[in-house]
Amino acid sequence: MSAPVLLEVKHLRKYFPIRRGLLQRVAGNVRAVDDVSFTIAAGETLGLVGESGCGKTTVSRCILRAYTPTSGELNFHTKEGRTVDLARLSRAELRPLRPQMQMIFQDPYGSLNPRMTLFDIVGEPLLVNGLRDRQARTDQVAELLRLVGLRPEYMQRFPHAFSGGQRQRIGIARALALNPRLVVADEPVSALDVSVQAQILNLLLELQKRLSLTYLFVAHNLGVVKHICDRVAVMYVGQLVELGETQALFQAPRHPYTAALLAAVPVPDPAVRSGDVELKGDVPSPANPPSGCYFHPRCPFAAEVCRTEAPVNREVAPGRFVSCHRADELQLPGVVQ
Amino acid sequence: MSSPTAAAPPEAELAATAAEERVSVASNWTLVWWRFRKHRLALFCTLLLIGFYLVVLVPDFFATQDPEATDAKQAFIPAQPLHLFNAGQLGLWAPAVAGKRNAITLRMEWQVDETRRIPVGVFVQGEPYKLLGLIETDRHLLGPASGDAKDRLYLLGTDRLGRDQWSRLMFGTRTSMTIGMIAVAFSIVLGVILGGISGYFGGLPDLIIQRLVELLQSLPTIPIWLALTAALPQDWRPEQVFFAITLILSLLGWTTLAREVRGRFLALREEDFVLAAELAGCSRMRIITRHMVPTFMSHIIATSTLAIPVMIINETSLSFLGLGLRPPAISWGVLLQEAQNIQTVALAPWLLVPGLVVIVAVLAFNLVGDGLRDAADPYTH
Repeated sequence: MSAPVLLEVKHLRKYFPIRRGLLQRVAGNVRAVDDVSFTIAAGETLGLVGESGCGKTTVSRCILRAYTPTSGELNFHTKEGRTVDLARLSRAELRPLRPQMQMIFQDPYGSLNPRMTLFDIVGEPLLVNGLRDRQARTDQVAELLRLVGLRPEYMQRFPHAFSGGQRQRIGIARALALNPRLVVADEPVSALDVSVQAQILNLLLELQKRLSLTYLFVAHNLGVVKHICDRVAVMYVGQLVELGETQALFQAPRHPYTAALLAAVPVPDPAVRSGDVELKGDVPSPANPPSGCYFHPRCPFAAEVCRTEAPVNREVAPGRFVSCHRADELQLPGVVQ
Repeated sequence: MSSPTAAAPPEAELAATAAEERVSVASNWTLVWWRFRKHRLALFCTLLLIGFYLVVLVPDFFATQDPEATDAKQAFIPAQPLHLFNAGQLGLWAPAVAGKRNAITLRMEWQVDETRRIPVGVFVQGEPYKLLGLIETDRHLLGPASGDAKDRLYLLGTDRLGRDQWSRLMFGTRTSMTIGMIAVAFSIVLGVILGGISGYFGGLPDLIIQRLVELLQSLPTIPIWLALTAALPQDWRPEQVFFAITLILSLLGWTTLAREVRGRFLALREEDFVLAAELAGCSRMRIITRHMVPTFMSHIIATSTLAIPVMIINETSLSFLGLGLRPPAISWGVLLQEAQNIQTVALAPWLLVPGLVVIVAVLAFNLVGDGLRDAADPYTH
């Protein structure tokens, strides 16, 4: 962790109000993200994993300010060397910062406007950020397409002419058009065929090296995360339960939920027994979470204290954060390297 | 194709034949047209509607006579059907009519006299008029070409005042088709703006607009029209009434479209490509005009095409009931109102022809609208 911090997320909260009745009174809150803190260093890849509905997408959209956080800080270090709290900026104040943070979407079909050509899709970020000259834009778009492994000749085509993997490349080209520092990749390969997934992942790694990008990589596929991420943050019902270096976290998880996730990864070897930690029951609703530790109803190691008291996120080893009362006493199985 | 780049993986190596390339670079409108083209009936109806709108543009040219000119001695003349061939040769003619007064009823009784043929010419001289209100001319598409002023041509007969039904139908077409178009245009403006506000901003504006839509949709239409049109001053000129009727129709007719637009906006607001545009730094206006509206434009057009016949029927019904346009204005409804009595049905059935025209126009609009709707979203199939 010698690299300078690019983004510091502090106590991020995002509640979605539940409205009822004719007058739309707030009847409760869905706590999609509830007190999440982490940092992303420049040049690294931070993985954000968890089951569906655990709030990983909400975190990523809050960081990009597609959502306005309910509370918390998002301290971003800009190119110009300033530190700004993204959470407090207005729409107009955000616009000049937009080029520095971009997003790669999960769905390669929904993320490209079917009515626009490749040139318009990839060139639009350039256009709205001041590159009015058409020829210059054409050159840049051609350069970007080459960068992601597409032919510049395809520029006049519409997205319907491309396969899922090619569309994802187009999405990546669009994200890179403005030369961003932080790229949030929201499950960029989960909608693709397995054969194409590796190509896109390798492209992302190669681009990171060439353009010194920083990734926040949202995923639910732990195999993918292990392949691409330097550090991993595990989320459960809107909270961060464990954060650490990928290698260390995969070898020796400190939180029972992380262990359970690792145990659920299929191992292509019939001799290997699946882990002892098995997940039972369903993910609780973030609108009505359980008392104490949110994981205790499904945790095989739950003690009395887990039912009543919420654990604090503490640093158990350098760079290793865990939210578990029993983190020090448990010996949890990881994935053998 | 130039040489592929070294970095391109095999997946990007798309072997594009010329035909595939044509599809690849086809814009949405091209794809819509390709699909629409396959719909033969809709295509035929489109041509029919183009014909209708030609009449709307220059009714005077298609009319054979002054639609207002009355002649009591020429009342209830039956239709003189147009014949294409004369003695085996291409030549337009129509049979003459001969009148004889019935000694008992004292009514003129007209007989079509197939033996006496009136030659019919194209682009003949007739009543002077201004083409499109600009160019002074006296040419008409059809007219008697015998040179004898006594030869009159009534392609669809005459009404009780001796006015030429064909010419009146041409002018009625202009009024009724225009009302349909303008009323729908107003509805589109209202519907897109209110539906857009409702769908894009949500919250309180959405709540208010949606309750308003529900209120308007729950009102029974006929009594409301009756009340509104009855409230129009009796001494208004026909043009003023025309405008007022159009406005009334569209003020009550925008709700469906507003709902449609709102639904589209709600769905699009959640689309990833809209978020991507937002993240790229696009302004709100650009997102709406470049990303959202083009995506549902084809649907709006299809919906409006289906809304025009409804407006035409509405106007026709109102005028038929004597509450819409009133003579001397001419519309399909006004023409049909003339045919409201048993005498007409029994003795002058040709006065019912406008009803047939209404049916044809409405059917054509509906079929074109169906074809457009099917073709509107090439990506869903």
